[in-house]
Amino acid sequence: MAAATALRATGNVAARFEGRAATREPHWVKWSLIAMSLTFFTLFLLMPLIAVFVEALRKGWDTYLTALIEPDALSAIRLTLIAAVIAVPLNLSFGVSAAWAITKFNFRGKHVLTTLIDLPFSVSPVVAGLIYVLVFGAQGWFGPWLQEHDLKIIFAVPGIVLATMFVTVPFIARELIPLMQAQGKEEEEAAVVLGANGWQTFRHVTLPNIKWGLLYGVILCNARAMGEFGAVSVVSGHIRGLTNTLPLHVEILYNEYQFTAAFAVASVLALLALVTLCIKTWIEHQAARSKEES
Amino acid sequence: MSIQVQNIHKGFGDFVALGDVSLDFPTGELVALLGPSGCGKTTLLRIIAGLESADSGRVLLDGEDASDTHVRERHVGFVFQHYALFRHMSVFDNVAFGLRMKPRAERPAEKLIRAKVHDLLKLVQLDWLADRFPSQLSGGQRQRIALARALAVEPRVLLLDEPFGALDAKVRKELRRWLRRLHDQLHITSIFVTHDQEEALEVADRVVLMDHGKVEQIGSPEEVYRHPATPFVHGFLGAVNPFHGHVEGNALRIGGDRLPHPIADGFAHGDKVIAFARPHELDILTDAAETDGVPARISRVLSFGVTARIELDGLSGVTGQHFEVELTRDRVAALALREGQTVRLQPSRLRVFAQ
Repeated sequence: MAAATALRATGNVAARFEGRAATREPHWVKWSLIAMSLTFFTLFLLMPLIAVFVEALRKGWDTYLTALIEPDALSAIRLTLIAAVIAVPLNLSFGVSAAWAITKFNFRGKHVLTTLIDLPFSVSPVVAGLIYVLVFGAQGWFGPWLQEHDLKIIFAVPGIVLATMFVTVPFIARELIPLMQAQGKEEEEAAVVLGANGWQTFRHVTLPNIKWGLLYGVILCNARAMGEFGAVSVVSGHIRGLTNTLPLHVEILYNEYQFTAAFAVASVLALLALVTLCIKTWIEHQAARSKEES
Repeated sequence: MSIQVQNIHKGFGDFVALGDVSLDFPTGELVALLGPSGCGKTTLLRIIAGLESADSGRVLLDGEDASDTHVRERHVGFVFQHYALFRHMSVFDNVAFGLRMKPRAERPAEKLIRAKVHDLLKLVQLDWLADRFPSQLSGGQRQRIALARALAVEPRVLLLDEPFGALDAKVRKELRRWLRRLHDQLHITSIFVTHDQEEALEVADRVVLMDHGKVEQIGSPEEVYRHPATPFVHGFLGAVNPFHGHVEGNALRIGGDRLPHPIADGFAHGDKVIAFARPHELDILTDAAETDGVPARISRVLSFGVTARIELDGLSGVTGQHFEVELTRDRVAALALREGQTVRLQPSRLRVFAQ
């Protein structure tokens, strides 16, 4: 989000640079840069996006709808929603507490925590999935104990939720830490001196100050939770109608040469992405406005 | 309410911010903690508030040990250098915050809160800004709102951390006078931290001078200015001209030169000392036959004020040192001083400290 507010600032700088002959670049530089980025954008981002919808609707609305309301597809949609509904709030509370701990307290191991939060970004999602198989799988550390108590984690919904959580951990914390660092802790101190307790301070002072950053993190976290493929693929076991999420369902359909159905389901994911982008832009706009006000 | 701090020690790693500081702040006084940045004055203030904890020592509020009392139970008002107003709340909500956060049983009715907030806004003369947001206020207005907010919970003491530090010179001067008047009206025990000696001397009943985590001197503004107890205090309160030398009878010997001056008891012949004279305590002698005083060359004569300021570079024994002398304009005219002229400097008053 910092990037979005920065973009507004660069807008002004660009106008100043362009306006003066002394700092203006030759026209061919400007236009070739614009052409390059537009070509890349069209070829690699816009065309695939259009292709998804074109392919999905190739055999008409009826086929499109049938592919979506087919029981396996519906179950995939449900599972994707369940995973997101559990993972996002948990990561929300973890992200806020981690950001709070890192920015407002001094403690040993602070750097370790900051580094660990980035781990899911740096490790391949497949590895993340495998970790859970190693720990909770039938041959894993807790496998025998789990079997004794008739608990299933791997190749079941809990495993999918765990894997989703793992890959989406950084989004909210990473968004909040720089924001809260920049704000410092003076306002919180002022609140405490005035007699507010911890919850009141958070509710009335901290939260209003971070709300846009928080919402932004939640939106990104949600987008990733619904779209995650790698880690979930390892722990899911691909049981149709039971442990398939939307991305996995797309892959299965594609591998079975049901291209239209595959693209129809994929278009749902693409739509989700577009909605996410719209909300994200709106949040950035709001955040920039509230920043200008203060 | 009185405040006492006893044997407070605080370090950050190897750095000693406060070394065994004990102080007594009597009820109803306005005390300034004065010192250069990094002297520990803000740390001490934050320890009294409870925002920072001391490594050892005690803080007594009203005679009771408050060292383990949580900040919110200490009932202190704290004003931050950068105001720390809640930026998403209106001025009114900022001032009402402390009252609204009280536990339900103690919380006044919203009507009473409303009345009280308006009274406070009137007190700081900003009643007309109640619906504005902090970002729409000037620095001086923000700090006055911050003060009203701190006063809303009827604190037992008021602690101000460089309250005017972020304001421009003119507003600072205005607010200084205003704070003094407000204190005379409310008589609440107050401590304010500042690095501006003029501000401390002008506003406070008493001044505590601090350096390197230690208290150097405590006294009324008049006392500390007229009778500085240490070389640091002398140098910190206003401009000074230092002289490094040793005692020789009833004079100070600096290299080949001599400053005749009665030396107080307690100094023996040959003692190494440092002596200070303020700019207005130095006189310029143009008589070439004169042998007392230190030689210096005039580098600049600045005579745009009520008094004239003469800047000089030391010669012979005091080479490399700069001096500043304040004379009346008549005296400057009588002496016919010009830049580049070699003269002798003689103090009418010297404060001598052992070195």
